[in-house]
Amino acid sequence: MALDKIGIAKRIAQEMKDGDYINLGIGVPTMAANFIPKGVNVVIHTENGLLGMGTFPSKDNYDADLVNAGKQTVTALPGASFFDSSLSFAMIRGGHIDLTVLGAFEVTDKGDIASWKIPGSRVKGMGGAMDLVAAAKNIIVAMTHSNRNGEPKLKQHCTLPLTGVKCVKMIVTDLAVIKVTENGFKLLERAPGVSVDEIVQATEAPLIIEGDIPEMKI
Amino acid sequence: MNKVVNSIEEAIKDIKDGMTLMFGGFGLCGLPEKGVEAVLKSGVKDLTCISCTAGVDDFGLGLLLQNNQVKKLIASYIGENDDAEKRLFAGDYELELVPQGTIAERARAGGAGIPAFYVPASYGTEAAEGKEVRDFDGKMYVMEKAFKADYAFVKAWKGDSNGNLIYKATSNNLNNPMAMCGKITIAEVEELVPAGELDPHHIHTPGIFIQHIFQGTEYEKRIEFLTLRDK
Repeated sequence: MALDKIGIAKRIAQEMKDGDYINLGIGVPTMAANFIPKGVNVVIHTENGLLGMGTFPSKDNYDADLVNAGKQTVTALPGASFFDSSLSFAMIRGGHIDLTVLGAFEVTDKGDIASWKIPGSRVKGMGGAMDLVAAAKNIIVAMTHSNRNGEPKLKQHCTLPLTGVKCVKMIVTDLAVIKVTENGFKLLERAPGVSVDEIVQATEAPLIIEGDIPEMKI
Repeated sequence: MNKVVNSIEEAIKDIKDGMTLMFGGFGLCGLPEKGVEAVLKSGVKDLTCISCTAGVDDFGLGLLLQNNQVKKLIASYIGENDDAEKRLFAGDYELELVPQGTIAERARAGGAGIPAFYVPASYGTEAAEGKEVRDFDGKMYVMEKAFKADYAFVKAWKGDSNGNLIYKATSNNLNNPMAMCGKITIAEVEELVPAGELDPHHIHTPGIFIQHIFQGTEYEKRIEFLTLRDK
């Protein structure tokens, strides 16, 4: 059965390593912070100017001056630091962020990503996504395998405007965990109860499949 | 050096149509509310505005768009402002979308005497169209030019009469880089104290970058997404 959002967030959390500085995009990536394995200590970076982001605040201690990159009220953990946007993006651009997780509309088997604009229908803007994908050491995309019209989002070429080129390292979807290799997409894991065939059918680009593909452990 | 003005109107008395204005803040967090209000009241038009976002429909930069004062907006994100999107499709103003880190650095560079620089962000995307690209050690970079702004409006938590500023939590964001960039930078603060009362160790923006400072009143500090952990 395909994973729900929480399932994808749980699988993403397994990629977090002790000591990592991590930037999480809005939505499912942010949810992954709730499932960080025990014994793994990470620091969450939010690009509007905070290292050491905590949970959402209680109704008694929220502060309009303390928000995350999604403009939601948050808290700062003990040992946190605040800084301006220039310094924050120096952390990103300078390669100091170990892991970035973000959503996407399309990803190619070369690691290209489209995530910020649907021409003719929505203009939102790239925010910090172009900076993040151009510079983080490890970029994981969290998304559904198909779009809302049932069309594959894992492709050979993006049809939507690009956010970055040759940058995505791994994709976790509701159906599979896929690595971007020099030779294209490699299927690493499948969602519990989902067959390799179903994944192949839902993926536009070719998949490298070696041996038995294990189920994700969620 | 006393930089205190009694009103923001006094500080922007030379503002004119067609100028380039810069506004600190990330969305509505750290927004120079009084600066936006004063520009709105002044009625100047054909402005080029540089800001991280377009605010929301009826607050922040959204107010200047609604009042047709903006000819061009340079921002990284307009997603929380449906009206801004409608007006864009209607051709009411021109939008230049710039990656957020690049906006911050173009502001900082403008204040730091660096005319241009290279970043990896946007390489291979439509945001890099028409820009010079260059290979450094096997990786491709895009040349970005520093901003120039006639006025920069910034908001801090505390400030002193010398223009030294301290920001609270994540409200610093674009305020510090933009404070550096304005030909005239106007700082509004929630609490203004005489020089000497702020601990020099704690200053985020040194007063050299500030031309005018004043204490604002009745800050709305609107929250875009109040998100609580208790249901």
